[in-house]
Amino acid sequence: MKRFLLGVATLAGLFLASSQAWSADRLLNASYDVGRELFAQVNKAFVAEHPGVAIDQSHAGTSAQARAIAEGLGADVVTFNQVLDIEFLVSKGLISADWQKDFPENASPFYSLPSFLVRAGNPKNIKDWNDLVRDDVQVIFPNPKTSGNARYTYLAATAYAKEAFKGDDAKVKEFVTKLFNNVPIFDSGGRAATTTFVQREIGDVLITFESETRGVRREYGDDKFEQVTPSVSLLAEFPVAIVDTVADEHGTRDLAKTYLDFLYTPQGQDIAARNGLRARDAAVAAKYKAEFPDVRLLTVEDVFGGWAKIQAEHFAAGGLLDQTYGSR
Amino acid sequence: MADPEIKSYAPHHESLSAAVTESRPAKAVLMIVSFAFLGIFLLLPLIVVFNEAFAKGFSDYADALTSPDTRSAIYLTLLVAAISVPLNIVFGVSAAWAIAKFEFKGKAFLTTLIDLPFSVSPVISGLVYVLLFGAQGLLGAWLKAHGIVILFAVPGIVLATIFVTFPFVARELIPLMQEQGNGDEEAALSLGANGWQAFWYVTLPNVKWGLLYGVLLCNARAMGEFGAVSVVSGHIRGLTNTMPLHVEILYNEYNAAAAFAVASLLAGLALVTLVLKTLLEMRYGAEIAATRGH
Repeated sequence: MKRFLLGVATLAGLFLASSQAWSADRLLNASYDVGRELFAQVNKAFVAEHPGVAIDQSHAGTSAQARAIAEGLGADVVTFNQVLDIEFLVSKGLISADWQKDFPENASPFYSLPSFLVRAGNPKNIKDWNDLVRDDVQVIFPNPKTSGNARYTYLAATAYAKEAFKGDDAKVKEFVTKLFNNVPIFDSGGRAATTTFVQREIGDVLITFESETRGVRREYGDDKFEQVTPSVSLLAEFPVAIVDTVADEHGTRDLAKTYLDFLYTPQGQDIAARNGLRARDAAVAAKYKAEFPDVRLLTVEDVFGGWAKIQAEHFAAGGLLDQTYGSR
Repeated sequence: MADPEIKSYAPHHESLSAAVTESRPAKAVLMIVSFAFLGIFLLLPLIVVFNEAFAKGFSDYADALTSPDTRSAIYLTLLVAAISVPLNIVFGVSAAWAIAKFEFKGKAFLTTLIDLPFSVSPVISGLVYVLLFGAQGLLGAWLKAHGIVILFAVPGIVLATIFVTFPFVARELIPLMQEQGNGDEEAALSLGANGWQAFWYVTLPNVKWGLLYGVLLCNARAMGEFGAVSVVSGHIRGLTNTMPLHVEILYNEYNAAAAFAVASLLAGLALVTLVLKTLLEMRYGAEIAATRGH
């Protein structure tokens, strides 16, 4: 019995001791859900250039990540796919308000856009946003209430309609409502929507980040799906930031800056491009030109006047999203 | 259903089957329904798991299981089970002992509390720890000031696992100990045994099968828990990812084969548990029936 109690005590001790220690040459990067391969490659390249450092990775939905960091997850840097989730950390005082000025290109080293994936041969001949509101087309994207991915889809469709109808708000609203009405199922997240489209074979077109469509084609067969790039879409930033409070506590600010700067180097950009993200670096972008069709990209700032305004006008309770999405 | 009148006249167990009056087709239908049900809801998913796991061949399966992330997830899962199951045994035995052998105020309340994790959604169990130990939580500032890390690290995962698993051992033991009463222990004590000896040589042998059964169930749940652990884990690869979390991550990354490879390990664990349980019942069936009372 004594031996048993001793064993329990040892295990309990082990459990208290096993909380990981940090040091100035170790970073935790809290990242978005499907960025594992990208950052596995980035980290390998970075560690090769900076021997002796170690990068830990955490991946989950970025809203969940932001909440976890606010509750004490010790992430030195964040590499998200949603600006709003970094703004959440700004509101909690963990990241300085002018974080977008700390790194080039609005602190977004690479970018993507809502793009279309259709079934092989494009049987419904879907080319652009206006095809999505046709009566014979079923569209799949997740619930914009719960999915950041779908929020981009909603905003991109709105941006397209604003241009097409020259700012006629009533017609824009009608267009977006019609688009929502063409969606038979709203899944809670991007991955579930992909499953609906690919495995349950529901819908004629899946709208998701361009960077995602590559993963879908690789996993489920290149010959079964085709990528369609619309004429115009919305720039989706992949923002990065140093979590000031954590980096200062861990003494990792310099390493964190070096790490995030690395994403902007030709090497970092090349890795991003190979993982389906569009590179900012002109030489790298030229190298992968064939894989990323030309598209005119609008920005959140130009079309909507920034994220704060979007939050107030579109996503707040009773806002434009509620009005078009209805009471589903 | 058996005709109650006929059944009540059947004096012995053996004659029961003769007294059951279902027609052959009715029997067949009942059997087909049960087997079809089990086949569709248990066997088929199991086959799918293994089929998907080997979809890309054996070498991919082996690669998926030996990758550093997967290995650390397996290690963490085993570590969490190795910590939480023994603690649960201590708790379960103490609680069952207290409830079954003593009379005290608040006993009914304690029994209800033990059942709490069964009635609370695992996600809530996890969130409770976030509210307690999170940076903005009740104890967050104090923990931070003392440099204690609980959330988004192994301690948090262990706590969440203990929370969701602690009814398993106690629930198995309480009815068993209650049924056995205090007679054996009183005899041992009157013969000069001390408390420990009475527990070690009398109580424990009496409840060992129930205890073992509880431990098996507890272990299976400890290794398989997803919801509560997901909330407190922080999802750091190689550090705080357990096997169930790792399965989800792999699947979300369009890496279905690897996800199902890890899932097949979890399924394998469930099968081992099942086989152990069946073996126990086959080998010690009579004894178990005697001590468990059914």
